[in-house]
Amino acid sequence: MDWYPLWNSLRIAAISCVIVFFLGIFLAQKVARLPRALKGILDVILTLPLVLPPTVCGYFLLLIFGARRPLGRLLATYGVSFVMSWPGGVLASILVAFPLMYRTARGAFESYNKDLTSAGRTLGLSDLYIFWRIQMPACKQGILAGIVLAFARALGEYGATSMLIGYTPGRTATISTTVYQMWRTGNDVMAFRWVLVNVAISAVVLLTVNMLEKRNR
Amino acid sequence: MSLTVRIRKKLSHFTLAADFSADDHFTCLLGASGSGKSMLLKCIAGLEKPDEGYIELNGKVLYDSEKKIDIRPQDRNVGYLFQNYALFPNMTVKENILVSRHKDRNLPEVKDRAAELISLLQLEGFEDKYPNRISGGQQQRTALARIMMSDPGILLLDEPFAALDANLREKLQMEMKDVLAEYGQQVIMVTHDRDEAYRMSDAAGVLKEGQLIVFKPTRELFANPETVTAAGMIGCKNIVPVQIQNENELSVPSWGIRMTMTKPVPLETTHIGIKAHHFGNNKDYIFPVYYCGGMEDTFEHIIRFRFQEQEAGSADVWWKLPYAQTPDKLPDEIGFDEKDILLLH
Repeated sequence: MDWYPLWNSLRIAAISCVIVFFLGIFLAQKVARLPRALKGILDVILTLPLVLPPTVCGYFLLLIFGARRPLGRLLATYGVSFVMSWPGGVLASILVAFPLMYRTARGAFESYNKDLTSAGRTLGLSDLYIFWRIQMPACKQGILAGIVLAFARALGEYGATSMLIGYTPGRTATISTTVYQMWRTGNDVMAFRWVLVNVAISAVVLLTVNMLEKRNR
Repeated sequence: MSLTVRIRKKLSHFTLAADFSADDHFTCLLGASGSGKSMLLKCIAGLEKPDEGYIELNGKVLYDSEKKIDIRPQDRNVGYLFQNYALFPNMTVKENILVSRHKDRNLPEVKDRAAELISLLQLEGFEDKYPNRISGGQQQRTALARIMMSDPGILLLDEPFAALDANLREKLQMEMKDVLAEYGQQVIMVTHDRDEAYRMSDAAGVLKEGQLIVFKPTRELFANPETVTAAGMIGCKNIVPVQIQNENELSVPSWGIRMTMTKPVPLETTHIGIKAHHFGNNKDYIFPVYYCGGMEDTFEHIIRFRFQEQEAGSADVWWKLPYAQTPDKLPDEIGFDEKDILLLH
């Protein structure tokens, strides 16, 4: 059995999850402080990928990064291409997983007791210290939930990924595209094996989260 | 120690306008909820920005809208005790106390100071507990120790006892008063509780819709609140409009009574206040009354009565009479002394 799809999926999910984590909490923090009208507009834009069909997201990505598009062409001159290559999978996963991180982080930040930040400031603590050592731990539950949801979403991403990077064994194949490809070509046994792999990974992720939560309590 | 505040800030329902200088050890600002008192403290701490004005603490300018000075809260050297204490839930009692010195927490003098504060605030044995595992009183003392560790030039207390039940409140007021006296730094406390203000402060002011209407030594404020709002805030139950007949004669139309005073009445006087404890039958002015109800309180009777000639529709007068002084039969005529009349405007 060729394990490339497992490695590729994990790599794509992990990298996009890290990027989504920072991007999500950064934007959540910024948007939570904005005036209400602007907040509403940005909220819609940043959440849109969650409600759009992933194929539509993939379409938008192709519009921007396609080989014949200005940005796609510009990137190609530096030897970077997000089409038909695994980094494109990262891009697709970021787009669809981002709203999950952003929404949960924003919810956590909004219910966060801002007196803690104020107290930190009057105690002379730097804004960075307050954010990472006080606000983030206080919002831990929500942030953790966001990470898990984003990781799970990135791992299971199919629509936008197949639009952008297709399925090339050993190059762009992920677990979900492999399952579809195996099933389509009548290779039910392999399809089922990859389904089992996917279920196993998901179960491990959820178990880890539960254990982390218990230890922290 | 001295704090000068002269600020304006427009809020949704009114404009906060405070102008005072405090140099006593313990100053209290009394105000009903929504009077802008927390906002005032936040402006002093730099957590909120006034629209215009000037704030100076111990000779250092913290805020000056004209010179565009607005020092960050981190650099104001102001300690702020929040109503809910704002302890960091992910840190133990000791970590909370040490947080302002987290970079040099291993220095001997920092360790000694922390140990000293832990002992002063009776937190021994709780150092390694998390805030949600200790009592409300311990949380408050932890927050206080955490502030003291940062060695502020002034302490701002935002309704520090409001979240505590009555029994614990008095005990903690007494403890905190002692601790703060020993600490020696200037303290500004905001509260809506007149007893708290009377017990703890040297000077007190009253805030009404963002305006600081009276500001003077606490005992004087309670003896002569000057304004109707301040009289209500210090708990005066009977406040009625008056007419000045001539410079020594006052009439109270709604009560249907008049008094001849030995001293001239200030012309600005529009109301008088008589505290509920100041009635009796052996007083300067005595009037016939009739009784219309009451309630038994913990240590005293609360009696409602009306003067014989009292206007229909006007509120009953409140008389608070300790059980030990209650006669078998309530007197037919009661009144008050001239010295107990609060002249208000």
